[in-house]
Amino acid sequence: MADAAVPLDAGAETTVNRPSLLKRILFNNLPAKIAALPMMVTVLVVFVGCTIWTIYYSFTNSKLLPTGKFVGFDQYERLFATSRWNVSVTNLIAYGAMSLVFTLVVGFILAVLIDQKIRFESAFRTIMLYPFALSFIVTGLVWQWIMNPTLGLQTTLRNLGWTNFSFDWIANPRMVLFALLIAGLWHGTGFCMVLMLAGLRGVDEEIWKAARIDGIPTWRTYVSIVLPMMRGVLVTALVIIGSGIVRLYDLVVALTNGGPGISSEVPAKYVFNYMFSGGNIGQGLAGATMMLLTVVIIMVPWAYLEFGGKGRRT
Amino acid sequence: MSQTSTMAGASRVAATNAVQEARGPRPKPFFTPRKIIIYSLLVVFSMYYLFPLYVMFTTSLKSMPEIRFGNIFALPVAPNFDAWVKAWTSACTGLNCQGLAPGFWNSVKITIPSTIISIFIAAVNGYALINWRFKGSEIFFAILIFGSFIPYQVFLYPMVIIARELGIFGTLQAVIIVHTIFGMPILTLLFRNYFASLPQELFKAARVDGAGFWRIFFEIMLPMSLPIFVVALILQVTGIWNDFLFGVVFAGTQNYPMTVQLNNIVNSAQGTPEYNVNMAATVLTGLVPLAVYFVSGKWFVRGVAAGAVKG
Amino acid sequence: MQNSVSIRDLSLNFGSVKVLEHLDLEIAQGEFIVLLGPSGCGKSTLLNCIAGLLDISDGQIFIGGRNVTWLEPKDRGIGMVFQSYALYPQMTVERNLSFGLRVAGMKKDEVEKRVARAAEILQIQPLLERKPANLSGGQRQRVAIGRALVRDVDVFLFDEPLSNLDAKLRSDLRVEIKRLHHRLKNTMIYVTHDQIEALTLADRIAVMKNGVIQQLADPHTIYNRPVNLYVAGFIGSPQMNMFTGTLSDSTFTTEDGIVIPVETYAFDTPATGSTAAVLGVRPEHIVLGDETAGMPFTIDVEIEIVEPMGSDTLAWTKIGGQAITFRCDSDVVIATGHKVRIGFDPARGSIFSAETTNRL
Repeated sequence: MADAAVPLDAGAETTVNRPSLLKRILFNNLPAKIAALPMMVTVLVVFVGCTIWTIYYSFTNSKLLPTGKFVGFDQYERLFATSRWNVSVTNLIAYGAMSLVFTLVVGFILAVLIDQKIRFESAFRTIMLYPFALSFIVTGLVWQWIMNPTLGLQTTLRNLGWTNFSFDWIANPRMVLFALLIAGLWHGTGFCMVLMLAGLRGVDEEIWKAARIDGIPTWRTYVSIVLPMMRGVLVTALVIIGSGIVRLYDLVVALTNGGPGISSEVPAKYVFNYMFSGGNIGQGLAGATMMLLTVVIIMVPWAYLEFGGKGRRT
Repeated sequence: MSQTSTMAGASRVAATNAVQEARGPRPKPFFTPRKIIIYSLLVVFSMYYLFPLYVMFTTSLKSMPEIRFGNIFALPVAPNFDAWVKAWTSACTGLNCQGLAPGFWNSVKITIPSTIISIFIAAVNGYALINWRFKGSEIFFAILIFGSFIPYQVFLYPMVIIARELGIFGTLQAVIIVHTIFGMPILTLLFRNYFASLPQELFKAARVDGAGFWRIFFEIMLPMSLPIFVVALILQVTGIWNDFLFGVVFAGTQNYPMTVQLNNIVNSAQGTPEYNVNMAATVLTGLVPLAVYFVSGKWFVRGVAAGAVKG
Repeated sequence: MQNSVSIRDLSLNFGSVKVLEHLDLEIAQGEFIVLLGPSGCGKSTLLNCIAGLLDISDGQIFIGGRNVTWLEPKDRGIGMVFQSYALYPQMTVERNLSFGLRVAGMKKDEVEKRVARAAEILQIQPLLERKPANLSGGQRQRVAIGRALVRDVDVFLFDEPLSNLDAKLRSDLRVEIKRLHHRLKNTMIYVTHDQIEALTLADRIAVMKNGVIQQLADPHTIYNRPVNLYVAGFIGSPQMNMFTGTLSDSTFTTEDGIVIPVETYAFDTPATGSTAAVLGVRPEHIVLGDETAGMPFTIDVEIEIVEPMGSDTLAWTKIGGQAITFRCDSDVVIATGHKVRIGFDPARGSIFSAETTNRL
């Protein structure tokens, strides 16, 4: 199967002297291997090599330069003894849970609304998706301005007569994660809607007809029949949104820069700061390794379900 | 009928003379509670999505005294592009007051080659993975896809070292290479799935005609791949333009892309913030991806959906 | 007796496109009606209108004497079976059968009773706990029928229910549907593009084209006395042999000048003078060799191609310039190049007006 596409020269080789294993590995299908060289280099050097390098040096006491000696789990012990890291992790979990739930729920609701044979469907779709085309920096800066306590929405509504209106989330350590959430949902829910809508439209129309004949109300059909049928789309959305959340960085930099204080710090920012301005590479690498671990924990069950399951079904 | 079903029983009783005369389409009132709920929800959500765009534009067209009046809903009294001009030519990041223009050109210089190179490499990868499989090619691909989910922070430091060793750290080349590397998983997936959907007989027929790897690629596969190229182009142009992390790490101060300069103008400016200039700079940075989005329309949707749906 | 389903002056437009036009159809209680036609002829559309899944533009629909024109599908007293089965994939067979009843708030023991009865009739008791993904195509189709069965309704609608199955299974299930109809005796309206299904199952067939019913009659009449050229050409495989020519008095003269006497043909409308006409003869009504004795028309021809089909043999030849096929017993020894005598009785054929395409 794997060599299905190389029958022409492969056949010739078996009749003549069979070349050595090394020669075959190098020269069989040579143009394809040369063409795929950038991919192989990327995989070996970046995705495998750099990952191993990062994990390895996270166990050293590298400070300004990665030349330190092996210190076991010292960096990790320090990491979890640092309040800034712990705040970052707590923030990520809180933000991540809220973001995941709201993105999926809002995305699904929007997709259902769009799916109701409405007028101006493409206009509504365009409006919902355009934020996804913008960068997190633009997103963060616009919302920073809207939520600006002195001249933004809060002041505007107060000036319009709603004098005790309060919307200072961006400057309020307790509420700043919700500020982040508003901006994040603005950016990403349209994308989730597109995914969900594709899932909804993929449901066999005869299922809807059968449900109508059975007299099942529309909402019940969505909840009991269509939603469970969209498992594949839901899982895909979950993985994409989840891995996006772990990466959360640009938006925080633009919207709050981790503030007020350290109340909106996230791991990606912690790692970045230690690597490039904190002068403590070991700490940064240990943080990065923890991020990697998180993604592996998200990915492995998914990969098992998607690909492990497929093998059994066929 | 004698054996009326219990399910339909109730409504059968309700069948009045009026219903007996029913003819033609079901009467449909123009306003039903259902429709009212659907459209009001859609309008409320639309306002949430459109509000920032409105605020961004109107603020950028106002003067500072007008902004200090404190009404972000209001339309500009005397709309003018002064803030846009200042944002483009003379807004300051620290002591450097060159505006966004250099960042724009840096972004252009990064986006164009990165897009072309990454798409070309990915197209060749996808083609090789489908039509010229070799031992291990699928393993490379699997790692590539898995790698696309790993946070960039994991690779950043070692890649900085490699770039420094190669002597390209802090140059445009470094950013371009990094974009090519991290665009590879999704684009390769895209092209691989696309080539897999083309009829294999075409490839086999070309093989029988004696065409080789590159000839088949350029003369058979590429001419049939226009749709997927458009999707990849949209994905890459918006993705690379919007990047912040790679620009800030690899480009070096002189080569900062537009997003980095924008963030510096807004977040590390000295003195009183000029919100109209900030918003003008934000609009300017958002214009390119917005233009791509509105011009490409359905293709963008196809792009993000294709990016999400795995083979 | 009151008609079970009655469609009066039904029209359906999608914008300016007329899909169904002023269609009338009366279906008796317990009748098995097949709507037959090529794709796009409006047969599925008509079925969806009867089910209430499509809103009609004009006309009325009565089911069991009740005007259901404005009623929701669930209130019309119908059950429907779909081509793709449309089973709810994440529910067990038992849940699939009972879901509609439970949503309607039916008592639990009544639900169980109905599911048990349907399962017994369709012999799917062992499958009740399985999910649709673990069923074969035939089993799925049976569950889909079961879902219509538990609704305990008078009218069953089938929308190409066997099209997704392979040939062997299709003929098995065809017999089962027929058996089911004999046992339940409800009205069944069945849409298909497969003429064998139509001919074997139907009490009456409605042949449709462009949203209009061309002919509504029992299978024997449809096959042997098609009302127009379209029905004649659509039914039968291989196609009816068609000779174009002129009809005057009691002789038919083909374009090549071959004279076929048609005294034996029973005209619906007596022919007057000389008219352009088409004479159609089914391949199996052409006889060979000794059997031609006494036939009103015989001719010597040379065999061009022979196709042995197993049960019988198809032969291709020409009468004048007109290519024709005929069917003969598989034991008859004929081969390409053989010269044989063939003949037929126009009484078993059909004559159509070339102008109106209607049967004469």
